[in-house]
Amino acid sequence: MIALSLALAASARAEELLPYTIVNDGIPASLTGAPGDVARGRALVLARTTTCILCHSGPFPETRFQGDLAPDLTGAGNRWSASQLRLRLVDASRFNPDTIMPSYYRADGLVRVGRNFAGKPILSAAEIEDIVAFLATLRD
Amino acid sequence: MISWRAIAVATLFAVAPALLAGEIPPDARRSGYTFMGPDTRAMQDDDTSNPGMLFVLDGEALWAKKTGSANRACADCHGDARSSMKGVAARYPAFDKAIGRPVTLDQRINLCRADHQQAAPLPYEDRELLALSAFVAHQSRGIPITAGDDPQAKPFVAQGRALFMQREGQLNLACTNCHDDNFDKRLAGAPITQGQPTGYPLYRLEWQTLGSLERRLRSCMTGVRAQAYDYGSPELVALELYLMSRARGLPMETPAVRP
Ligand code: HEC
Ligand code: HEC
Ligand code: HEC
Repeated sequence: MIALSLALAASARAEELLPYTIVNDGIPASLTGAPGDVARGRALVLARTTTCILCHSGPFPETRFQGDLAPDLTGAGNRWSASQLRLRLVDASRFNPDTIMPSYYRADGLVRVGRNFAGKPILSAAEIEDIVAFLATLRD
Repeated sequence: MISWRAIAVATLFAVAPALLAGEIPPDARRSGYTFMGPDTRAMQDDDTSNPGMLFVLDGEALWAKKTGSANRACADCHGDARSSMKGVAARYPAFDKAIGRPVTLDQRINLCRADHQQAAPLPYEDRELLALSAFVAHQSRGIPITAGDDPQAKPFVAQGRALFMQREGQLNLACTNCHDDNFDKRLAGAPITQGQPTGYPLYRLEWQTLGSLERRLRSCMTGVRAQAYDYGSPELVALELYLMSRARGLPMETPAVRP
């Protein structure tokens, strides 16, 4: 009974995620309906708590704390459309089912999530949009 | 000598369980020591600069100190630790017949306190417990790890292996994703090692103190935003046992130093 009500509570919270529509290999429409902010997106990608630079490196001369578990983000805006970048951030496992890259806009199907994080996506819809806007500017 | 070793190696391979995909073959296993810079290595190598040795010395004093309502010291029953405790830590966690499951070295020490000294158990990460555990484990320095060889421990090794392979936490990462698949790479600039448990309890410069293997595992779990298992929980003990069996043959290093 307790387990059931907890499960219901968790899915009720997960439902707070904004709905989105996948078209081919992307999500064409902004999750919030508004375009993101490039400067905020850059700051987010660089913040350790966002976790990107734990694995990725990129054109970020101000920090040497960059990872090499994942491709350099330089030129990501050439390789991918905004629609594809949005889907990758929302759920990278759509591109590679075995990926180590977390799904940033998902709150279900996870195991033993820490109390402070349970039922919440890693990033908000607005943060995803800011990062998409920034990544799209990464052109060679 | 050579033929004896050849036989030992042959039997080792005969009894070693088949590796799962992604698992590190025995000859590729490397202690975290080999990933460190020269300064941290030098600090570990020189007992006069290794801060963990202060805990070992404290542990040596506690070993001889009468405790509890039984008024017995560890030494009263176990004598000189240099011989009685030699190699013991290399086989822990070990299966305890009375309890029917594996116990860690910390738990064994607390069992001795309860059963043989009539003393209250020491809390996890308590300075005295770390000191005793460092002193006992130090007697195994250089001795190859054999924990998990006991057939009765096998189901618990398997449980630990399953936990090691399971993705968890908000970041949805398994231990194996970092420590089998990505060692030698850099996470935010810091090297990822194979996650070998050879040096515990060890002195972490980041902690500014000695800490247990359980403390390290809990911080890896918190890092992927998972709910860490409680100290002493069956899951944490199983993970510890799997890690030790995964490090089979690597020499103990207690007290190691890590960044
Ligand atoms: C745990 C490691 C990890 C983290 C954290 C991570 N990624 Fe990734 N990412 C990867 C890997 C590995 C790939 C390569 C493709 C694959 O395996 O899915 C990748 C691929 C990508 C790609 C496509 C690669 C290209 O061609 O440029 C982009 C863009 C990307 N990630 C952006 C991000 C952003 C933005 C964040 C933070 C919000 C992030 N990643 C966090 C591991 C990670
Ligand atoms: C009154 C005698 C007695 C005292 C005092 C005692 N022990 Fe023990 N110890 C034992 C016995 C007997 C065993 C075998 C397991 C059992 O029956 O509990 C044992 C087992 C152990 C083991 C496991 C050895 C192995 O081969 O697996 C360790 C480690 C240990 N004791 C450490 C300590 C420490 C550290 C102290 C002091 C804090 C201590 N003991 C105090 C009697 C004692
Ligand atoms: C996102 C990557 C990552 C994941 C996932 C992860 N760890 Fe770690 N782990 C690290 C880093 C970074 C360190 C510190 C540097 C090092 O020793 O690798 C570390 C350290 C360790 C160490 C200490 C090694 C030593 O030499 O003292 C052990 C043991 C360990 N991890 C086990 C685990 C276990 C068990 C899990 C799963 C519950 C796990 N780790 C999950 C990144 C990770």
